Amino acid sequence: MKTRIVIQPEPFDLAREVEALPRAGAVASFIGHVRAEDGLTSLVLEHYPGMTEREIARHVQDARRRWPLLGVTIIHRIGELKPGDPIVLVAVAAQHRAEAFAACEFLMDHVKTKATFWKQERRGAGTAWVEAKASDDKAAERWK
Amino acid sequence: MKLLYFAWVRQNVGKSEEDLALPADVSTLRDLARHLRTRGPGYAEAFADLARLRAAANQVHVGFDTQLSDGDEIAFFPPVTGG
Repeated sequence: MKTRIVIQPEPFDLAREVEALPRAGAVASFIGHVRAEDGLTSLVLEHYPGMTEREIARHVQDARRRWPLLGVTIIHRIGELKPGDPIVLVAVAAQHRAEAFAACEFLMDHVKTKATFWKQERRGAGTAWVEAKASDDKAAERWK
Repeated sequence: MKLLYFAWVRQNVGKSEEDLALPADVSTLRDLARHLRTRGPGYAEAFADLARLRAAANQVHVGFDTQLSDGDEIAFFPPVTGG
């Protein structure tokens, strides 16, 4: 199976990423954008180089045990991002849509709750670390 | 042992990493956090409440009861907020 896991400051190109996946019947993709919340000027993301990639790869392996997947691409951006900027891409290729949709959601739930990223919000001159949400943990729990 | 700090843990401690010889009275991650608390006001603040912290040993998420070895890479950080 083709697996591509990338952590980068640069934007990604959805069309190119989907093009590079096997065309075996279905590709499901998810893109997360920085939400324009009240007064937010930017988000700054940091991560744990090495662990982040390993952790994501572990969940891709787990997804492969659950569904017959043919390709997975996960790209997560770091650094400073503005409201509306794309922040994460998960794209999954499979023979049928059911497994592509399910694996895409499974992977996104685990990127949210297990991959070692941290977000800091900037509002004008002020900064605040984003708190983890219990609802995200719940979303990941339901796959157990 | 290599220690890594991320997000507000890094800000409070004032550095992103450091080397530490495993102290004699430290055997678990919880002991290590207790030890680090005594290293200064920034550490005391970062490690005040373990319920707000998460940890990894050798790049794998672990609980605070994990036993340590001297060559370990240990990271302390808040719950993750990616995606």
